[in-house]
Amino acid sequence: MTLAALIIHHRTQSNCVSNDGFCPAWIADNWHRYTHPFWQHVYLTVVAVVIGFAIAAALALLAHRRRWLIAPVTTVTGVMYTIPSLSLFFVLQPITGRGDTTALIALVSYTLLIIFRNVLTGLDNVAPETRDAARGLGLTERQVLWRVEIPLAVPEIMAGLRVASTTTVGLATLAFFAGAGGLGGSIFSDLSFKSNVIVAGGLCVLLAAVLDLLILAVQRLLTPWRRAVAA
Amino acid sequence: MNDFKDAIDFIFHSRESLTGGVRIGGSEIWSLLAKHLELSGASLALGCLVAIPIGLWLGHIRRGQFVAISVSNAGRAVPTLALIAFFIAYFGVGFTNVMFALMLLAIPPILTNSYVGVTQVDADTVDAARGVGMTEAQIVRKVELPLALPLIFGGIRTSAVNVVATATIAPLAGVVTLGNPIINAQVYGDAGRLGAAIVVAVVAVAADGGFGLLQRAVTPRALRLANRRMETA
Repeated sequence: MTLAALIIHHRTQSNCVSNDGFCPAWIADNWHRYTHPFWQHVYLTVVAVVIGFAIAAALALLAHRRRWLIAPVTTVTGVMYTIPSLSLFFVLQPITGRGDTTALIALVSYTLLIIFRNVLTGLDNVAPETRDAARGLGLTERQVLWRVEIPLAVPEIMAGLRVASTTTVGLATLAFFAGAGGLGGSIFSDLSFKSNVIVAGGLCVLLAAVLDLLILAVQRLLTPWRRAVAA
Repeated sequence: MNDFKDAIDFIFHSRESLTGGVRIGGSEIWSLLAKHLELSGASLALGCLVAIPIGLWLGHIRRGQFVAISVSNAGRAVPTLALIAFFIAYFGVGFTNVMFALMLLAIPPILTNSYVGVTQVDADTVDAARGVGMTEAQIVRKVELPLALPLIFGGIRTSAVNVVATATIAPLAGVVTLGNPIINAQVYGDAGRLGAAIVVAVVAVAADGGFGLLQRAVTPRALRLANRRMETA
């Protein structure tokens, strides 16, 4: 490349940047800025969904047998779901301080209703005849739950996890308000620069899509009998 | 607990801003709230205007399941902050731009629910309506729409809560909503930030409750009875 071409290239690039444009060259040069926020984002999302799943699935298993629990759990998780995560980030800060803990509590509280509902629906949708047949074979209640009901509920449970993980990726973009970083911080740092918004926003959408496909893959692994039916 | 006491004080009594010269808190909250509701209401109304006719139509012709479901998936995958930022970067700041961004946010739940609501109407019911001589337009308006209303309002309720929550970041785009104390903490201080966060939470819960009541009110009596029976069964 001649010197003139290089200078022109350099000028157009800096023009593009000063015009807040969409500049592939700038993106290629500044890619590294997004790696750390991206992994923070992954961390927040995955940890929140895993903790949320542990809590909500446990509650659903309890409520599956003790039906009176359904109403109070739905009401409480419903309110947690309704309170905007941005509000929760600030309401929690005087108690839990700035940082990952605050962000994670808010993100977890948002996943509970989604996962609880899906796990419970999945367990409840198991046909009574199937349950009876299992009991007829001499399975104990515990075995019916773990060997029949839970495996049959996997598609519904995974559907809940998919919704929860995509939603959490979106909400985690606000986690920087709680001092937990993530791609939202990158977006926020320069809102009018198209390149920045496209890269950081694009990475969020990409992360949501990848998590969604991963969970779908796990679901297919866990339910081989469904593939046999489909094939 | 002092943080909360200070925040509550901010909500009910106005004070001098940290930067001086401006009164913040107290009655100022009401003007922020008014802007917040104006923005949310306009976005939600626009979203309904776009989403309900499309959802009803797709449901009526029993086609477009792919569209209805993709729209709701895409709506979840795009983070609201990224959506607002995209609008700021490409169209600039201002009330109209934020309103359109929030409208896009409001559309997916309403569209999907309208579609599902219509497709769930019993095919025999629609046939009967056709049999008594109703035109297609009449079937949509007099049969499918009323039976789909509970689900449509469920969608509006979800959207309302999302829009109210997201209108909080509108000050990034120059619209002074309840998010202003959160975004401009250097003017409002920690008490303002926390106070505004509390008010936003209350507004969101109130929107959810209000639309929940509305949802119940628009449910045809026969459906309400059927639902009650299903719940007790």
